[in-house]
Amino acid sequence: MTTILYAGALLGILGLIFGLVLTFASKKFHVDVDERVGQVKECLGGANCGACGYAGCDAFAQAVVDGKAPVNGCAPAGEKGIKEISRIMGMEAPDTEKMVARVLCQGTSGIAKDRYKYDGYQSCAVAASLAGGPKDCRFACIGLGDCQDKCAFDAIKMQDGIAVIDPDKCTACGACVKACPRSVIKLMPLSQNVIVRCRNEDAARLARAVCMDACIGCGRCKKECQYDAIVVENGYARINPDKCTRCGACAQVCPCKCITID
Amino acid sequence: MNEIVNILLFMVSCILTNNFIFSRFLGCCPFLGVSSKVETSVSMGLAVTFVMTIASLFCYMIYNWLLVPLGLTFMSTIAFILVIAALVQFVEMFLKKSSPTLYSALGIYLPLITTNCAVLGVATLNVNNAYNLLYSVLNGTFSALGFTLAIVLMAGVRERLESSHIPECMKGFPITLVAAGLMAVAFMGFSGLV
Repeated sequence: MTTILYAGALLGILGLIFGLVLTFASKKFHVDVDERVGQVKECLGGANCGACGYAGCDAFAQAVVDGKAPVNGCAPAGEKGIKEISRIMGMEAPDTEKMVARVLCQGTSGIAKDRYKYDGYQSCAVAASLAGGPKDCRFACIGLGDCQDKCAFDAIKMQDGIAVIDPDKCTACGACVKACPRSVIKLMPLSQNVIVRCRNEDAARLARAVCMDACIGCGRCKKECQYDAIVVENGYARINPDKCTRCGACAQVCPCKCITID
Repeated sequence: MNEIVNILLFMVSCILTNNFIFSRFLGCCPFLGVSSKVETSVSMGLAVTFVMTIASLFCYMIYNWLLVPLGLTFMSTIAFILVIAALVQFVEMFLKKSSPTLYSALGIYLPLITTNCAVLGVATLNVNNAYNLLYSVLNGTFSALGFTLAIVLMAGVRERLESSHIPECMKGFPITLVAAGLMAVAFMGFSGLV
């Protein structure tokens, strides 16, 4: 019985002594931290994605408070976060349009022709290096999810053999853009909801041969557009977001259904 | 004179022959975690050296002056952990105040020294080998210096690995573990030295 008492008392006393010493030390070695660093960090994306160029969210928050980084340097923070950071730093929020990543391919299985059945390691980068990739189109989304793995915000799903990005969850950090071996994903302004979902550079017949929904570069959209917002270059159409009024006339006339309105 | 020779031999045995990482396999977590840059690995080694030396001293005092007289030697592990946790906390506060650069360089690994088995290991080894006060403290210091040596060497190797051409599947931890294994084999060459 006495042993138990001794054991309990000993640990209790030791704990008490250490506790007192630590309390004293925490007072003595107290460091003042700028409280804005913590507040700024609260507003950030919080995924340590590194898109801002700093080592992580902590380093970026510190840099913002030190005035070394711009208040809108964190894309994942979004409009709301940037406003909040500007308020903490006592500045006007700069005008930034919310960007979002878009997948420029509609080559779902059945639409885009398969070159072969790929059974190997589930990575687009690996598949892309094997005889030109599992889909006949060399511009198509391979659909094995390299971008999904890299997305820190769970915004990308694989559906029917292509990547689909949820614009609500996407923070435009750009990790997927870097991860894609085919450069199928591009960052675009969120308001630009009329999108050419194809980047096939091949001549019309070749493009049509590999994918039912390929842009053949016919130029009908260009003729239809009253605002001169569409150019056809390298065999496919692209829309200039500054001129485009989102009227959607181009999508109506596209014979390949590769212009979509979100 | 004889004593000095003994201490020198003890030093060689702690640093090389019975190296904490390569022959006792204690403290492998920081060994792999903080060994990517030589600078941070030196700081980590010094922090561990500091903590292990003080921990050896305090654990010796608590064991021999409190636990043994009260017949509570079975409590050694829990008492040692208490001492180590408090010490690490103290060192953390101290570093935060005196050297913020070192503090941020060590990052998460400083609190991790608490659960570093090398620190608890040295306290337990001191008890098991029945070292006296002087040898307990020396064991703490020298073993930690051995740890520092290992982690700094490893950081040097890893800095070189960064720039060398390694097959994709071996990049990162696989090649690091292979390198660590080869270094352990090399350190086996010291066995029987003392």
